[in-house]
Amino acid sequence: MPQIAQLAETYSSQIFWLLVIFGFVFFVIGKGMVPKVMGTVDLRDKQIGADLAAAEAARDQANAEEEAWRKRENENRTQAQALVAQAKADAAAASEKKLSAAQNRIDKKLADAEAKIAEARTSALAELEGVASEAAQTIVEKLAGVKVPAASADSAVKKVLSNG
Amino acid sequence: MVHMAQGLPQVAAEQAKVDPMHQFAIEPLFGSAHWEIAGYNIAFTNSALWMAIAAVALWIFVAGGMKRELVPGRWQMAVESFTGFVDDLLEANVGKEGKKYVPYIFSLFMFILFANVLGLIPLPLAMVGVHPFTSTSHFTVTGVLAILSFAIVLIVGFWKHKLNFFSLFVPHGTPLPMIPLIFCIELVSFLVRPFSLGLRLFVAMMAGHVLLEVLSSFVIDGINAGLGIGPVVSVLSFVLMLAICALEILVAGIQAYVFALLSSLYINDAEHLH
Repeated sequence: MPQIAQLAETYSSQIFWLLVIFGFVFFVIGKGMVPKVMGTVDLRDKQIGADLAAAEAARDQANAEEEAWRKRENENRTQAQALVAQAKADAAAASEKKLSAAQNRIDKKLADAEAKIAEARTSALAELEGVASEAAQTIVEKLAGVKVPAASADSAVKKVLSNG
Repeated sequence: MVHMAQGLPQVAAEQAKVDPMHQFAIEPLFGSAHWEIAGYNIAFTNSALWMAIAAVALWIFVAGGMKRELVPGRWQMAVESFTGFVDDLLEANVGKEGKKYVPYIFSLFMFILFANVLGLIPLPLAMVGVHPFTSTSHFTVTGVLAILSFAIVLIVGFWKHKLNFFSLFVPHGTPLPMIPLIFCIELVSFLVRPFSLGLRLFVAMMAGHVLLEVLSSFVIDGINAGLGIGPVVSVLSFVLMLAICALEILVAGIQAYVFALLSSLYINDAEHLH
């Protein structure tokens, strides 16, 4: 076994060269290069983490904004509906008022007209009585030659008219 | 080594037998056999060369993942999945204090993984005598790595908990009369850790390579045995070799993972005392 047979003559060179070469590996590669490689990995992990967090935050914000917008929208809609209802009610009230005013006017005109008609009728009737009694007097005078007093003619005419 | 030497007449006699251990032999390269520091030999060997190849391959691999793009390409993704894997391992076993051990555990895991896998590459160069060398099949290498991990455990443990660190050897709820005995047992099991850590990797890598070598020698011997049972043995051995190769790739990954996992578990002990 050369490991043992050559031990005495080779141990020093083996140890020396191992320490030199492993020292190079440790100080140049292990100490010098590995931290940089791992730094790159850390940097990447950090960046990915930050990006994910930013995306998460952006999503949350978008959600919150949407929520707020929806709330505002709903508020606006209710407000608009209230306005519309108010306007409708106002319009209905106004038109009702106008209608009732017009109705009143019409009613009044109608009543006035009716009163006038009634008045005209009464006066016409009174005139008719007068004319009728006069006519009756004249007819009686002419036919019978009897002078009828106006009062009795009137009452007679009244009697006939009320019957007729 | 799959020796192609059978065809060469003058060495056929000695090399007809395949030596499965020859692949672990360390040879100085580039005439560096007599380099020394303070009397210690530091020859640049094939083992050192393959450790260096593993380190350079690892450097190229990680450097390819350094584009630092926000949307990673395939290569960057691969590197990041390895760092993420080590990070998760430490997070799961040590907790948030584990973050500062990522460079060490990553270096350990990736260096062992690359050394293991590179040692398995059947280079076409083997035809001309250049063979991949598995440096992690030497306990001088795995042992040093294990001692490094163990030293970190000791330093962190005593630094954070001072002498309180010894309470690691007395599990919660131990009855008073049992404490001395339990303390000794726990101390021994603690001190065995670097040995088990280093030997596990060394044995796993060596066993796999020896097995592959032995099977390949069966293939060659079967062919050389001429007609009869020989080719049957060769074919069976070859099929088995393919399966074992797949298994060895798995083992290369698993052993690197086990080394890193146990190191992080031991570091957890040092950080949290159970």
